[in-house]
Amino acid sequence: MHHHPVALRIIGFLSSLLLTLAAYLIIVDPDAFGLKIPAAGAWILAFACVQFFVQSTCFIHLWNEKGPPWNLGIFISTLSILLIIIIGSLWIMNHLYCNMMPGQ
Amino acid sequence: MQTQSDVKVFGFWVYLMTDLILFCVLFATYIVLCNNTFSGPSARQLFSMQEALTETLLLLVSSFTCSLGMLAVYRKRKVPALLWFLITFCLGVAFLVVELTEFSHFLAAGAGWTRSAFLSAFFTLVGTHGLHISVGLIWMLVALVHIGLRPFTAPSISRIFRMALFWHFLDLVWVFIFTVVYGMGHLQ
Repeated sequence: MHHHPVALRIIGFLSSLLLTLAAYLIIVDPDAFGLKIPAAGAWILAFACVQFFVQSTCFIHLWNEKGPPWNLGIFISTLSILLIIIIGSLWIMNHLYCNMMPGQ
Repeated sequence: MQTQSDVKVFGFWVYLMTDLILFCVLFATYIVLCNNTFSGPSARQLFSMQEALTETLLLLVSSFTCSLGMLAVYRKRKVPALLWFLITFCLGVAFLVVELTEFSHFLAAGAGWTRSAFLSAFFTLVGTHGLHISVGLIWMLVALVHIGLRPFTAPSISRIFRMALFWHFLDLVWVFIFTVVYGMGHLQ
């Protein structure tokens, strides 16, 4: 909670807007960009991650907080929990599905 | 952690991180179940990308106006602060209206939460986010009354800051709902 110029907010807003519109255009017509489905999915996920970084910097000041980085520290430990839950669930359920459906 | 309000912000941030874990579990459930349509409508058949984009833009602009409102609060300017938060509130209501209209279209098409595992996971994830938005709107209304009636003090500024933090957090979660649920659903 510190005093930041309006410029930082405007930069954050405009770049988030561009990233959203770019993702939207890819979603609506991936062929126009010469992208196959998995590549298009990877691109829009990458745009979402960049937008997360932009918004958490410009609006929340997560990466540029003043003083010791307490908020960033707990965010990074939460992020490791998130990755374990999501990657772990997908991995286990995918194996379960393969083992339950031996014919496919 | 210099001041008491910094400690309160840190405590609220820890709550937001536990909320993030809640959303993460719902995301994992959705990703696992999103192809189990039980011969019902699939994500691609059901979702309208125009509606999803409208919702995304409404929340993005509201997050921006909320941050401008917070700047006005730091500068102790009542009228701009009230105006920016009022715009944020209206955008939040508009988001909720679009989302509920979308839900009612799905229900009218026979695609309710009892139709398939995919739809149960969809309504749980997006509905939980919508519930958070509703709570955020009530909180913003309380903050508006507070700004209007009381002078700015260090504790009241910190309280408004936590409300703004909650609102930005909900926009961040929506970015991933737009990408993973609507975007990837439409790409399939």
